[in-house]
Amino acid sequence: MSKNLFQKVWDAHTVGTLDDGRTQLFIGLHLIHEVTSPQAFAMLREKRIQVAYPDRTFATVDHIVPTDTRQRPFSDPLAEAMMVALKDNTEASGVAFFDEKDANQGIVHVIGPELGLTQPGMTICCGDSHTSTHGAFGAIAFGIGTSQVRDVLATQTLALSPLKVRRVEVNGELGSGVYAKDVILHIIRVLGVNGGVGFAYEFAGTTIEAMSMEERMTVCNMSIEGGARVGYINPDDVTFEYLRGREHAPKAGDWDAACDWWRSMASGPDADYDDVVVIDAADIAPTVTWGINPGQGVGIDEAIPDGNGMPESERGTWQEAIEHMNLTPGAPIQGTPVDVCFIGSCTNSRISDLRDVAEHVKGRRVSEGVKALIVPGSWKVAKQAEEEGLVEVFEAAGFEWRQPGCSMCLAMNPDKLVGDQLCASSSNRNFKGRQGSARGRTMLMSPVMVAAAAIRGSVADAREVFGIRSDAV
Amino acid sequence: MSELEIHNVTGTGVYVAGDDIDTDRIIPAHFMKCVTFDGLGQYAFYGERYNEDGYTKNHPIDDPRFAGASMLISGRNFGCGSSREHAPQALYRHGFRGIIAQSFAEIFFGNCTTLGIPCATVTAETMSELAQLVEAEPATSISIDVDALKIRAGERAFDFEMAKSAQQALVSGRWDPLQELLSRADRVGAAAASLPYVGWN
Ligand code: SF4
Repeated sequence: MSKNLFQKVWDAHTVGTLDDGRTQLFIGLHLIHEVTSPQAFAMLREKRIQVAYPDRTFATVDHIVPTDTRQRPFSDPLAEAMMVALKDNTEASGVAFFDEKDANQGIVHVIGPELGLTQPGMTICCGDSHTSTHGAFGAIAFGIGTSQVRDVLATQTLALSPLKVRRVEVNGELGSGVYAKDVILHIIRVLGVNGGVGFAYEFAGTTIEAMSMEERMTVCNMSIEGGARVGYINPDDVTFEYLRGREHAPKAGDWDAACDWWRSMASGPDADYDDVVVIDAADIAPTVTWGINPGQGVGIDEAIPDGNGMPESERGTWQEAIEHMNLTPGAPIQGTPVDVCFIGSCTNSRISDLRDVAEHVKGRRVSEGVKALIVPGSWKVAKQAEEEGLVEVFEAAGFEWRQPGCSMCLAMNPDKLVGDQLCASSSNRNFKGRQGSARGRTMLMSPVMVAAAAIRGSVADAREVFGIRSDAV
Repeated sequence: MSELEIHNVTGTGVYVAGDDIDTDRIIPAHFMKCVTFDGLGQYAFYGERYNEDGYTKNHPIDDPRFAGASMLISGRNFGCGSSREHAPQALYRHGFRGIIAQSFAEIFFGNCTTLGIPCATVTAETMSELAQLVEAEPATSISIDVDALKIRAGERAFDFEMAKSAQQALVSGRWDPLQELLSRADRVGAAAASLPYVGWN
């Protein structure tokens, strides 16, 4: 039996064993943003501790930036204070900071890969649970709390216990109109929102191998929604080709050695796992959540669960979800009217997501009365979309085109739901209140499904709305 | 015995029913617009406690019977969702010193331990017995004995589980690992030097 990637990366980064038995783990890349870092810097100042490895930390601003204007000071004084704090903290410590107007600014999990900072075989952390996104490159990437942000700033290490590893193998070809987002929503539906607690998920199998890097990021992004703090995919030629030539990727002189090392960190063919789950791609339909956690999803052709035959342990959450979402048990999910359609977030705001949407909404119109917005993940994505003419397509169809940020994924900037609005969203969390209104309702789905909902004015099957041909039968 | 050692936390309890109580519910993102954690306590569970017009929704933590409770009792997968330390910080600053639940989300559990908040994992039966006890007799004193892995509630005692490393960290007073991490800077330098990518351009 050989080691899996998690074990190899863990071993390579182990500094030693601490008194309480935990491992002191070296962190290769630390990303920070305005929400979870100011308190960490304050703790360091209090103790008069310097940032140990400033060139291994990169900062950007994403959660609080308004997406309609970059005008400073921000209209929200609290948001402005957070911006100022991050600027001062990074300047004083020598950490690179991509501020709201920087060409490299964007959602932290979009820009890390884009800049080539995210690389295979690394340990990566950020005070943000969707750091699992970077696992798409074969890195061990995970979210941390603010005290741990402090630990990394002060020592470039963390005190951690290893995880078990579950291989989640998805095999076969996805149907037309079925996307990476559907794959991960399906996995979470099958394994549950806490099925991954204590585990790192290794996503593998022919379906995953056939995915582009951007699709792989979508899958790994939502590992945490299945309870797994870490999700990763073994690096391969697709990974290397994505990284080649990126600003912080190894340059020509180091490139071959880098590829060799990266390849050597992948799980061996006879690697050992604590658990293996196999999923058939043919079972995955365009998936939509109906409830208040990301595991409460159904295929677009299915009905809203009526609770019959549901295990007793799930009934409470089901009941709460039905009440909050104000849905009729047993009714088809299709046809549920939507008020807002949001395409964006670190799950689905990359150029391939926008291309998919543009291809389908071209020449169509957003339904009367629906507010639809598209928020690119970074300035690089925004620029690319402009160059490719996607923005014209979006605007002609009636979508608002915004500037990069987390936007309506969470309620820390001016983009929010009001009252009990229902939002078809390409983001990753449908928790109560997540999108800014305590009564607001969120349905998670792929960007193309959000686009279909925008055009129809209700939850719809994108394959039908856009005439996406089903190749299978 | 160092004052940082946490062997036992004691107080009255409050039961917040439900599974998968996520960090957005523990502290809505809106209140994370801050550069210090001070003052977060009053916003714990805000969305569940107040209507949009500011009227209270009779959340158990606002129920006068449970005023001053410092032991929080809840269901499965407590603290799931984001890595925000604002969640345990808000609970701590609200006055909670221990959390008893059927299970915890991992990042939340780690964040709590780092702040010195013991998280006790109990069975469904224990959880419902404790919930009933607290409802029937809100003044019951509940303690989490971290050394013995026992919860004592009035006359009753229940077992609980806790990751060994977390238990160790709490009882040894080393739940905040920063000093120990800092003391090993030489070894960190050596580990960094052994990683090929650290030298790449
Ligand atoms: S887009 Fe959403 S999930 Fe991603 S980092 Fe921003 S707030 Fe978090």
